[in-house]
Amino acid sequence: MKGYRAEELRRMLYRLKKNKLSILGLILVSTIFFIALFAEIIAPYPEDSYKIHIEKVFQPPSWEHPFGTDEMGRDVLSRVILGSRISLILGISVIIVAVSLGTVLGLIAGYLGGFIGSLIMRVTDVFLSVPSMALVLAVSAVVEPTMENLIFAISFGWWPWYTRLVYGEVLSLKEEEFVQAAESLGAPSLYIMFKEILPNLIPILIVKGSLDMGYAILTGSILGFLGLGVRPPTPEWGTMIGNGRLHLPGKWWLTFFPGLAIFLTVFSFNLLGDGLRDALDVKLE
Amino acid sequence: MKYRDFIIRRSLQIIPTLFGLLILIFFISRILPGDPARLALGPEATKEQVEALRRRLGLDKPFYIQFLVYVEQLLRGSLGTSLYTYRDVMEDVLVYFPATFELITFSMIIAVIIGTLLGIITAAKRNTWVDHIFRVLAFSGVSMPRFWLGIMFQIIVAYQLGLLPTTGRIDPFIEPPKHITGFYLIDSLLCLNMEAFVSSLKHIILPAITLALSPIAQIMRIVRASMLEEMEKDYFLVAKANGLPENILIYKYTLRNAFSAALTIIGLLYGYFLAGAFVVETVFSWPGLAKYGIRALLYKDFNAVIGVTLVIGLFYSLVNLVVDVLYGYLDPRIRLRMEVKR
Repeated sequence: MKGYRAEELRRMLYRLKKNKLSILGLILVSTIFFIALFAEIIAPYPEDSYKIHIEKVFQPPSWEHPFGTDEMGRDVLSRVILGSRISLILGISVIIVAVSLGTVLGLIAGYLGGFIGSLIMRVTDVFLSVPSMALVLAVSAVVEPTMENLIFAISFGWWPWYTRLVYGEVLSLKEEEFVQAAESLGAPSLYIMFKEILPNLIPILIVKGSLDMGYAILTGSILGFLGLGVRPPTPEWGTMIGNGRLHLPGKWWLTFFPGLAIFLTVFSFNLLGDGLRDALDVKLE
Repeated sequence: MKYRDFIIRRSLQIIPTLFGLLILIFFISRILPGDPARLALGPEATKEQVEALRRRLGLDKPFYIQFLVYVEQLLRGSLGTSLYTYRDVMEDVLVYFPATFELITFSMIIAVIIGTLLGIITAAKRNTWVDHIFRVLAFSGVSMPRFWLGIMFQIIVAYQLGLLPTTGRIDPFIEPPKHITGFYLIDSLLCLNMEAFVSSLKHIILPAITLALSPIAQIMRIVRASMLEEMEKDYFLVAKANGLPENILIYKYTLRNAFSAALTIIGLLYGYFLAGAFVVETVFSWPGLAKYGIRALLYKDFNAVIGVTLVIGLFYSLVNLVVDVLYGYLDPRIRLRMEVKR
């Protein structure tokens, strides 16, 4: 069994390596994580997440400030670098919450079924009856704008997609022989759900999760842009664009660079997710 | 016979789902931390005034009574009074919805046409540099933050080049066309008001393209994939072996099959468009439902929040219903599967 897994892994890495774009995605994602981890060291002016320099407001890009300075004289490059941490924490947390909740509910609904199962799926349908964005916006407007609440608001709109995905997968896995074998040996439902079925869901969850990472970050920045995100002066990309927009068309660097950061981050996760999909041989609709 | 039953059952499903959505959004809006009455009246208002408004809005009653009152009101066709415009939310929705609908529809048309064309081109030229370039562009397209793209369009096309207006739906000095369908483009044509038509066309282009970019990429990917799948099939190989020119083959035979693949995601795409409208309407000051919704959120105007969410839910459910019914109608294989499944 163990040798088989190792073989599988080797094949997967081989397929991943053959896809040049996904290698680029892996390199970019690693770079973004590296920047986020060492943001304080990399940023030229790490104190600029909150410090105001009234004497150098709205400086266009220069050698001293490659991305220019904002309406409070803060270095935009430093704030973009520091903002990577906020975005990554947000993205990872949302995916963890949404995947765990969605998977558990999907497993219960798919494997146990019955009244609870159909109740879960009806509630899921209700959540999916409106574009998730509408619910995310409604919740984020209701709660205080803190990081935890933002994560809650986005996960609130996100888990149903995983419930539906896992539910569909479980319905077909349930009919497989290895599940029926475990059932006939009298294995308890919990064991079958988490030890027999769940491991088979890992590849599809990894692929969907990495593709969704980018979109979770994007959603976070949309909330920031609309003024529903974390409070200033926290350096958040979307909030920076929202503020920078007030100074258009002249001060283009205030909106251009944070947006570029969002784009590159989402792009990298998309490349990686797409490569993983081929490597793990997962089919997503 | 059974297909008709499927349609009826599928339509009836919408009612409990939307009722569930109403409960959900009502619950979310009623746990608002701020006092809506206080927010609506401002800090100047006296305690008595706030209390009076609370009573008038029924906010002093228990949660379930408030809910029942709301449902009863809804059955009479009212969505409650907006705390911001002081009109019935239903009236506001009717004013703002056509703008959003027009933007989304215009954008959808652009996306389907360009997306399908690019899908065909990349499939026909598979594994050449044209294909590679467009695939990388498609990747960029789906990763692009729409609000940022919109702002970049405004900076370059509107401010720098001065080609198109930055915000709004029509020039402020031009009177909007008479309300017939609510679509400025159609109404102005019906009234033969060319000035208004050109002005609204100029205004819709940038927001529509901003909204369409990511769906273009998605449609392109799906059309390309299904075209390639079709090209593997026997009929394609036989026709090609018999010397039928590839162009005719692609446009006459393969495209029809590939296009139905694009149809399958249109329901989902409407969701993307509605979600995208929230930011695109904000960036371009497009006077639509999404912008109205954002303002309602920021002012904690909960009746408007509930109303907008319900209308979006209804619209989205109807689109998905139509798409489901259409599949079955267009493709007998799917129709058969629906009959077996139910």
